[in-house]
Amino acid sequence: MQSIYLTIALAPLVAAIVAGLGGRIIGRAGSHTVTIAGVALSCGLSIWVLSKFVLDGMAPYNGIVYTWLVSDGLTMQVGFLIDRLSAMMMVVVTFVSLMVHVYTIGYMHEDPGYQRFFSYISLFTFSMLMLVMSNNFMQLFFGWEAVGLVSYLLIGFWYTRPTAVFANLKAFLVNRVGDFGFVLGIAAVLRYTGSLDYATVFAHVDQIAGAQIHVSQSLAWPAITFTCICLFIGAMGKSAQVPLHVWLPDSMEGPTPISALIHAATMVTAGIFMVARMSPLFEQSETALSFVLIIGATTAFFMGLLGIVNNDIKRVVAYSTLSQLGYMTVALGVSAYGAGIFHLMTHAFFKALLFLAAGSVIMAMHHEQDMRKMGGLRKYLPITYWTCLVGSLALIGFPGTSGFFSKDSLIEAVAASHRPGSGYAYFCVLTGVFITALYTFRMFFMTFHGKERMDHHTQEHLHESPWVVTVPLILLAIPSAIVGWFTIKPMLFGNFFDGAIRVLPANDVLGRLGEEFHGPGAFLISALAAPAFWLAAAGVVTAYVFFLWKPALADGAERSFKWLHSILVEKYGFDAFNQNVIVAGARALGGGLWRFGDQAIIDDGLVNGSARLVGWISSVMRYAQSGYLYHYAFAMILGLASLLLWLIWRP
Amino acid sequence: MITLTHVLALSGILFAISVAGVFLNRRNIIVLLMCIELMLLAVNFNFVAFSRFLGDISGQVFVFFILTVAAAEAAIGLAILVVLFRERTSIDVEDLDTLQG
Amino acid sequence: MFPTILFFIFAAVLVGAALGVILARNPVHSALLLVLCFFNSAVIWLLLDAEFLGIVLVLVYVGAVMVLFLFVVMMLDVNVEEFRKSLAGYWPLAVAVAGFVVFAMVNVIVVRHLGGITFKAAPVLPAGYSNTRALGTVLFTRYAYPAQLAACILLVASVAAIVLTLRRRTGGKPQDVAKQVAVRAKDRMRIVKMASEKRS
Repeated sequence: MQSIYLTIALAPLVAAIVAGLGGRIIGRAGSHTVTIAGVALSCGLSIWVLSKFVLDGMAPYNGIVYTWLVSDGLTMQVGFLIDRLSAMMMVVVTFVSLMVHVYTIGYMHEDPGYQRFFSYISLFTFSMLMLVMSNNFMQLFFGWEAVGLVSYLLIGFWYTRPTAVFANLKAFLVNRVGDFGFVLGIAAVLRYTGSLDYATVFAHVDQIAGAQIHVSQSLAWPAITFTCICLFIGAMGKSAQVPLHVWLPDSMEGPTPISALIHAATMVTAGIFMVARMSPLFEQSETALSFVLIIGATTAFFMGLLGIVNNDIKRVVAYSTLSQLGYMTVALGVSAYGAGIFHLMTHAFFKALLFLAAGSVIMAMHHEQDMRKMGGLRKYLPITYWTCLVGSLALIGFPGTSGFFSKDSLIEAVAASHRPGSGYAYFCVLTGVFITALYTFRMFFMTFHGKERMDHHTQEHLHESPWVVTVPLILLAIPSAIVGWFTIKPMLFGNFFDGAIRVLPANDVLGRLGEEFHGPGAFLISALAAPAFWLAAAGVVTAYVFFLWKPALADGAERSFKWLHSILVEKYGFDAFNQNVIVAGARALGGGLWRFGDQAIIDDGLVNGSARLVGWISSVMRYAQSGYLYHYAFAMILGLASLLLWLIWRP
Repeated sequence: MITLTHVLALSGILFAISVAGVFLNRRNIIVLLMCIELMLLAVNFNFVAFSRFLGDISGQVFVFFILTVAAAEAAIGLAILVVLFRERTSIDVEDLDTLQG
Repeated sequence: MFPTILFFIFAAVLVGAALGVILARNPVHSALLLVLCFFNSAVIWLLLDAEFLGIVLVLVYVGAVMVLFLFVVMMLDVNVEEFRKSLAGYWPLAVAVAGFVVFAMVNVIVVRHLGGITFKAAPVLPAGYSNTRALGTVLFTRYAYPAQLAACILLVASVAAIVLTLRRRTGGKPQDVAKQVAVRAKDRMRIVKMASEKRS
């Protein structure tokens, strides 16, 4: 079995290397063929592995592939932990990646960096798989950093654009802040348990649970809370929670396929996956989980609001992603880890679908992304329209779609929890449903319905995208619609995550919900009575009224609530704060150190100063070198005289 | 009788005169070289005197070698002087300042 | 008594000649007065029973070095007129330095006594003492190596003097033995293979 897991991980890597280094030799067709073959192989094998778990009840695999270094009791290895959680993640990652690979053939058709793009997305698939399949913190961190790196490369894919370069640097730096916390967390784990291996750490979790970190003489923190919060800071960076969310909207500078792959379905979910994987640790600290809960709720609510005022189609979907990530985090925060992962899976499908559909619209509109210039595209792009509708319905949680099952069970779990902060979180996620429906259907109506606002030239060229684009859309729409029905029982209320996710009995909200669960059909019917459904419906109706039926109302609302509108357009001032305080401050500090420390002290003072000192001494001593022999003779006589004096008068 | 004091005083006076000569002769390098010979002579006096009064013949051997070296040095010094004169047609010490730093 | 008087006479002439060397305006006069210095020194050394060295002084120093000096003085066409104005102005410095040397000398001789030998007479020499023999005995046995070194120094000095002043005439064709020896056959000769021809 180990060779199968190795193949799953390494096939995309080999394809990436071949396409990357030999791209010119094998040409465009060759590079997409080899990468698609690699990812398809991984996808097929991942599905097979998952089927073995689900159908045959295979036991989890925890094995070492390669020992990298052993130093003073610390062992760093490459190893795989394949249980149902990681198998599910592997299927999601490889399937979405495969869809994106096929889609890219159409989307990047005229781009000169074709082979490079395929190489990068294959490399990304490899990194994400290493992260997900890892059985120790070191490999997790390797995958973590590698996906960050490839994200940087892909956001700045069109590297000649200054906005793209700004965005990729921003993404990398913000991720770095998160990674700093992450490394501290890993260091704390190592310090208190002495190992980086998951199995060992989870077995010794009580060692951290009892320990205290003494910050000062009188102040001591529980080590487990500190560790979990540090690990979560890493998740905040990677999964774009407030305040480290600022990079995700800017990451839309990259081509749409990567927005779908990385910034919707896979990389941003790495943080969620990590917290779920670390559930044995997080369960020990109520404080850390409350922290997670509040951050997630804040992100879910406030980021959703920003989607209402944005006019770029990709950015609306980006804010939607931020909001849904907040939902997943909230689920983790109430110890409903299964619900969080379930929503991760369904979200991966429908969000990737939405991004790819947006990409299809952008392709048809000749790379125009402003929704105010779209409208009435329904009759030109039928397949895109219907798949986007499926995705939107899944996003708002329309009953029956997969998004419905994951979102509503998540909201119920929050309602059932008594954790400090869960009341605030319940308010946030519930109003978030209304807001989600509002911005989703605002986007939908503005793009596909209503008056056609594009210019004549673009209108004449509108046509449906080629099959390489529409087939992935259809293939993603299918699971977005139906996967929830089949998977809700085993994942949330069954034993799917047993062994992978550990929940303390006192916190087990999903267990309590499970007692009332009577199957997906009953769940569906009971949800019609729940507030979430009616809020979503209200959102759709509001969107219809404000943006389709009477658009003047929207403009009126914007004028009346100008102060609110400008706060939202400014994105709550996060970007302004970062640029003007943090970035400017860092630049000022750097500039000050350069001027004072480097130029004044080192350059002028030490380097040039020592040269000047030598020069000055020489200029003084130069007077002794007159060139006249008798001066030199005089100097000699003087020396002789002093020697004589000393000889005569020494004691 | 001749005592050591007499000879030493004589050599001291000779040395003093030659040192003064170095400073006085700004215009003529040849006299400068001659003053150097005088200095060497004064030193030779010292060596001979001490050799005689201490009974050690090594002093006179040393005078021998000083004579050798002084001759060699005079020869080379004069050769340099000749070449210098060819270049500048002047043996004025005050004109020789190209070594100025 | 008599040696002492002789000593004082010759010492006085010596000092006078030395003063003349530095004060004379004509460099030829300076050279000749230096010769006088050396003669007087030789006599004083004779009085000190260092007769070999005295004669060597006259033969080598006067006979060779001073002759060399005189050659150079005569050869260089110096303007005598310039020397008149040079001496004034540097008097104080010269007197100061000379005075200092004398002062040091007095300090050493009188104040420090040099262990008490300064006012005694010279030790008596054994009968049949020959300064030459004494020098020769030591020079070829104990100081043989330094003597050879001194010879090398002289060789180097003579070569150096020649090299410094050597002027080559352009246009001449001197033989460069090194180049002659370094010639190889292929520089001068080229072998050509030809078919032998019948005599026609």
